[in-house]
Amino acid sequence: MSQSCRLDSGGRIDRSKVLQFTFDGKSYTGFKGDTLASALLANGVKLLGRSFKYHRPRGLIAAGSEEPNALMQLENGAYTEPNTRATCIELYDGLVANSQNRWPSLGFDVGAINSSVARFLPAGFYYKTFMWPASMWMTYEKFIRKAAGLGVSPTEPDPDVYHSRYATCDVLVIGGGPAGLAAATAAAGSDARVMLIDEQSEFGGSTLGAAAVPEVASWVAASTAALAANNNVTLLPRTTVTGYFDYNYLTAVEKVTDHLGPGNGGTAPRQRFWKIRASRVVIAAGSIERPLVFADNDRPGIMLANAVSTYINRFGVLPDQNIVVFTNNDSAYRTAVDAARSGATVTMVDTRAEVSAELTRVLQQHKVKQFTGHAISSVQGTKGVKAVRIMPLSADGKSLQGQAWEINCGIVANSGGWTPSVHMFSQSGGKLQYDNSIEGFVPDPAKAKRINPGFSVGACNGSFATGDCIAEGAQAGRQAVEACGFVASDVAMPELTDALNDTGMGGIAALWLVPTVHPVGEGPAKHFHDFQNDVTAADIHLAAREGYLSVEHLKRYTTTGMATDQGKTSNLNALAIMAEIRGAQIPEVGTTTFRPPFTPLTFGAIGGQESKDLFLQERHTPMHQCHVQNNAVFEDVGDWKRPWYFPHSGEDMHAAVQRETLSVRTDVGMLDASTLGKIDIQGADAAEFLEMIYTNNWKKLAIGNCRYGLMLNEHGMIFDDGVTTRLGEHHYHMTTTSGGAARVLNWLEEWLQTEWPEKQVYCTSVTEQWAVVALNGPKARDLLATLSDIDLSKEAFPFMSMREGQVAGIPARVYRISFTGELAYEINVPARFGRQLWETLQEAGKPFNLCHYGTEAMHVLRAEKGFIIVGQDTDGTVTPADMDMDWIVSKTKPDFLGKRSFLRSDTARDDRQQLVGLLTTDPTVVLMEGAHIVQEIKDAPPMTTIGRVTSSYMSPNLERSFALGMLKNGLARKGETVQLSLMNGDAVEALVTDPVFIDKEGVRVRG
Amino acid sequence: MKAYSLFSLARNAMSYHRNWQRAWRSPDPKKHYDVVIIGGGGHGLATAYYLATQCGISNVAVLEKGWLGGGNTGRNTTIVRSNYLLDASAGMYEHAVKLWEGLSQELNYNVMFSQRGLLHLAHSVHDMQEIGRRGNAIHLNGIDSEFLTPAQVKEMLPIINLDCHYPVMGGLLQRRGGTARHDAVAWGYARGADAAGVDIIQNCEVTGMRIENNQVVGVDTSRGFIGAGKVGSVAAGHSSVIAEMAGFKLPIECYPLQALVSEPVKPIIDCVVMSNGIHVYVSQSDKGELVVGAGSDAYNSYSQRGSYDFIEHTVGPLCELFPLFSRLRMLRQWAGIVDVTVDRSPILSKTSVKNLFFNCGWGTGGFKATPGSGHAFAHSIAAGEMNAIAAPFSIDRFNTGALIDEGAAAAVAH
Ligand SMILES: Cc1cc2nc3c(=O)[nH]c(=O)nc-3n(C[C@H](O)[C@H](O)[C@H](O)COP(=O)(O)OP(=O)(O)OC[C@H]3O[C@@H](n4cnc5c(N)ncnc54)[C@H](O)[C@@H]3O)c2cc1C
Repeated sequence: MSQSCRLDSGGRIDRSKVLQFTFDGKSYTGFKGDTLASALLANGVKLLGRSFKYHRPRGLIAAGSEEPNALMQLENGAYTEPNTRATCIELYDGLVANSQNRWPSLGFDVGAINSSVARFLPAGFYYKTFMWPASMWMTYEKFIRKAAGLGVSPTEPDPDVYHSRYATCDVLVIGGGPAGLAAATAAAGSDARVMLIDEQSEFGGSTLGAAAVPEVASWVAASTAALAANNNVTLLPRTTVTGYFDYNYLTAVEKVTDHLGPGNGGTAPRQRFWKIRASRVVIAAGSIERPLVFADNDRPGIMLANAVSTYINRFGVLPDQNIVVFTNNDSAYRTAVDAARSGATVTMVDTRAEVSAELTRVLQQHKVKQFTGHAISSVQGTKGVKAVRIMPLSADGKSLQGQAWEINCGIVANSGGWTPSVHMFSQSGGKLQYDNSIEGFVPDPAKAKRINPGFSVGACNGSFATGDCIAEGAQAGRQAVEACGFVASDVAMPELTDALNDTGMGGIAALWLVPTVHPVGEGPAKHFHDFQNDVTAADIHLAAREGYLSVEHLKRYTTTGMATDQGKTSNLNALAIMAEIRGAQIPEVGTTTFRPPFTPLTFGAIGGQESKDLFLQERHTPMHQCHVQNNAVFEDVGDWKRPWYFPHSGEDMHAAVQRETLSVRTDVGMLDASTLGKIDIQGADAAEFLEMIYTNNWKKLAIGNCRYGLMLNEHGMIFDDGVTTRLGEHHYHMTTTSGGAARVLNWLEEWLQTEWPEKQVYCTSVTEQWAVVALNGPKARDLLATLSDIDLSKEAFPFMSMREGQVAGIPARVYRISFTGELAYEINVPARFGRQLWETLQEAGKPFNLCHYGTEAMHVLRAEKGFIIVGQDTDGTVTPADMDMDWIVSKTKPDFLGKRSFLRSDTARDDRQQLVGLLTTDPTVVLMEGAHIVQEIKDAPPMTTIGRVTSSYMSPNLERSFALGMLKNGLARKGETVQLSLMNGDAVEALVTDPVFIDKEGVRVRG
Repeated sequence: MKAYSLFSLARNAMSYHRNWQRAWRSPDPKKHYDVVIIGGGGHGLATAYYLATQCGISNVAVLEKGWLGGGNTGRNTTIVRSNYLLDASAGMYEHAVKLWEGLSQELNYNVMFSQRGLLHLAHSVHDMQEIGRRGNAIHLNGIDSEFLTPAQVKEMLPIINLDCHYPVMGGLLQRRGGTARHDAVAWGYARGADAAGVDIIQNCEVTGMRIENNQVVGVDTSRGFIGAGKVGSVAAGHSSVIAEMAGFKLPIECYPLQALVSEPVKPIIDCVVMSNGIHVYVSQSDKGELVVGAGSDAYNSYSQRGSYDFIEHTVGPLCELFPLFSRLRMLRQWAGIVDVTVDRSPILSKTSVKNLFFNCGWGTGGFKATPGSGHAFAHSIAAGEMNAIAAPFSIDRFNTGALIDEGAAAAVAH
């Protein structure tokens, strides 16, 4: 029969909208407004999954996000999603769910064999075994890994879209129950911007699952409607606040279209990630019921009392006709009444010997049989509860003795008390205190974090009566909004009824572990506190016995609280059982840290929108489109896309690079050098500043002249290089490596701001303001002359100087500097003219055989000249002397960054690794960059290395291969041959040479 | 110490696990020890273990201010490898890996050292040059290393998106690298050290250092003064605080380093994958959780808390490299305080105070070194001189300039 457990009326479901769904291949129906959990329960399906370790049959425990058991593999294919809590899935038509962690089927699961050998698998058993023989561990581990895990990952890319959004507000209220609604109402009404967030699909919090109290229900409806009508209020249902970080920065994930089913969201994202900065925060996150820890308390059908009420009241589902309610506090009496009213036969088993006469009277009125001072001693039924046995509980709660009763039932609704949801308060940095009256941790207001702490109100603060919640909420909302400088609104109280004053928690008498007739862990039954990770009271005893006493050791040794529910229903029970064993108070045992996120958070929602093209912004130069048209192959340099080479049709990379390299030395080539870092430096102390930053002298550089400089870090190691030009008395244009631009600017700013704040120097990044074309080659002057009014003669415009003028009708700064050793001009024009300049040069260059060349040819050309690339030929451990660049280190300046380090004995050593050229004996062999030079070739490693190859190319100009490298004591070894040992075992011989292979005298560059 | 074995497990099961021994005792501190180790993390416990089992010094105490392994030992992402560039590092980390390879048996405690392979990805020409150099250096140091082509990377990791923002150009694989169970390392060493006579004292914070004639004679603690012939400080993120007690400064800065795990799923990724190019690394634990990390925070702090910024900048790259992880969920994030030296290599050293030794500065990557560091430090303390493996890591190097700068090569931690 379909929906056999559905009541004829009642609940917040829309019975006119029938929805089809399947679970483990079987079809069912439910109604709009159902969750997958309530719909399954309506159909009498109680077996929903298997546990992690023992593969015990499991069913629903809860009705909310604290659910540990009912984890589903939702949907198939690309849309599949593992470990999804059935209690949090809103039902939609066509939903497909499957149970997890079972084989071959949920009903018959081979893994359940673990349950029969459970005795050999206590907490931490794996630390004690699987060690012999040592070589077998990887094999054992393979099986362990297969057995572990829960659901399966998708194997296709996620078809969904995610959004993220920043928001700011004056008052953020977490939780939309009575306390939260009251807080939001008090805060709204003036111009204050208020956000109210709740993970459920509707506002109302715990009242949605409680038996309807008309006054409360209408108050909730009216408050919600008024907030919705207020333009300054943002209501976010289906949204979970996942993290509370410093300075009231909170993150939340909104399930925008999950409830519509895969692919039905239209253009809306699947989920939206909110990053919210709030002036004040009110935490009204409610509380979570915790189970009693009794024998075989994990059998399907054993649920939290409040969940049973919720299924009855909110979803119109009476999960069974025979229900036992088992409690140590008053709150579960409501469930007994709810169930009895719905027509169930209900038995109340209360562990307390004394219960208020009023409660007993209410039970009698609803024909509920009551046992006080009794406890469940055993449960019958494996895949579902069939009956329970109860026995009288001794006064100290430590044993069961006397007359046993057996009660047939399909559901046990149990309550061990309520645990305030202090997660957000804790994450915000607040400390907790233990409240004996409710047996739970609550926020310690004296130990909230210092700056604008969030106010905790309502159940998460240990206040359970609806009236108290509303009053506390209203008060906190008022305080919060007034702190932001606004006027608070009054909050109308619902008409007082008994329900409002009923804390429901009257006289909780803690019973952390319900005894059986056997000592803990020695009987046939198991007492679970952490259901998902299969952790039992016996495991806590074992941990204590073995000395894993601190809560963190307990958690890590037994894995309690580490499952996907993060211990929402289990943590306090575990702490309390440990406290009993240690003879300590619960606060002495302490809590583990509440870490974000509150509930697991979809990766896609966090980072999904920043994938593909949005992952990192690609940087393009102004000439990028020209390069695309010219068939460039691009290289990633930092975030830049730079042309690597420009293959003509039929050319591979090698052929293209050889052609480009040759052509620059014979005719002329042009390179897009716009990515070079450029920093504009101005101020009265600019020259002095450069004196400190660079190793050489800057004071005497004439206006209009350029100079090459090396920057060192504090260790005296080369950190960046580039040419800087003096544009005016107090004005310089610095260039840096392309990849180092941001790093250098940070470096300059760090020194200016932290060490020399008195210096008048101002640095501005102008990298993107200039488009730069480097014209290199013997015909560069002739070509440029056709387009420029600048006097290009050797005398008027010598090497290492800058001239301003027009190039192709564009105002330009032309720098006569060269990274190839050829006659060269670097033409800088405002970025917007970059493309025009490039295209004009391209046309004008035709008679001169102008070629485009990319970064690879540039690398070959500079290496032929022995010019280093910082970061390729250097690695942060190289001094100027190591590079044979002592000439650039001033001997006269009193100080510069890195200078002091030259006094260190190791830095001053003269047998350090030094830059050399390397010519393989066989000129066709191009060494691998990174290959090492060894002291002596041996048959097999280890071999002592004395150097390495840093740059290595085939050169069309040298008509052979060549390389640059670092070699121990290299400067003194020119002319020697050395041996390189390759990964494949081959040895290669090379001659150590000077690193300059072309035009050692520098004639061409000055030509 | 009663040995763990399949048989002991079965035997104890028969008596309902009533008869297991404590893994380590919980003694009150004695008045005086030959050696006091400050810090009950993996490195401190390993030091004590090797002092007692190999150096003949068992009158040793380990003082831990909180719970054993509660520092970075219990917070790290458990990656173990020895594919370091520089000879000194290779010497230390390979020494450690060799000890890892027999550690479960040595300790009679399964530390689940899993050599599932560790793969560094290269995403640019520069990355290729970096792995080229490092791969060669490692190989010549006699340590296993292999270059992989993109196709081989794909074969090892079918779910990878080779064509991500910076396409994968190659990889460097160390098959002997992998992961281990972090808590088990602390507990296994603690149990072994305890059995060899070491007193392990938790909830005992060192608050001061007693120095007479420039020689350490003991420590003040929250449980009173404890005399010591020699003191070894192994306090990771709090080393500078201990140094201050002894009157000197360390060239160390402390940063939060964060990590996160996903919900557990069935096996989907078999080796450890690290990408310096797009800044993320990931492995899957035996429990099925994806363990994910990236670089350390940009600012100094002693706060062991996660921040949002980190998640965004770690999860983005994760989904870029493995787009199908997008529907999986993050379960937990946390942080540890890492002690970073200027050259990002550790300090194992004598100090200006006689008989006071420091082992610190492991920063973002010291879990993998735990056995090697403890072993080298124990032998060095016993001898009063740093041994060959430890010697290059002397604190003197910051004066001489003989830095061991792996920093350039390892932009991402570990
Ligand atoms: C998020 C994260 C990820 C990491 N991932 C990796 C990885 O994948 N691979 C890897 O190799 N490394 C990794 N590391 C680094 C690694 O965790 C550490 O280098 C290593 O664990 C340090 O061990 P330790 O024993 O030196 O320090 P810790 O484990 O931190 O131990 C130091 C101990 O000293 C105690 N202490 C401090 N002060 C005092 C005092 N005054 N008195 C008494 N006791 C004191 C502390 O309480 C602490 O227990 C990671 C670190 C973090 C934070």
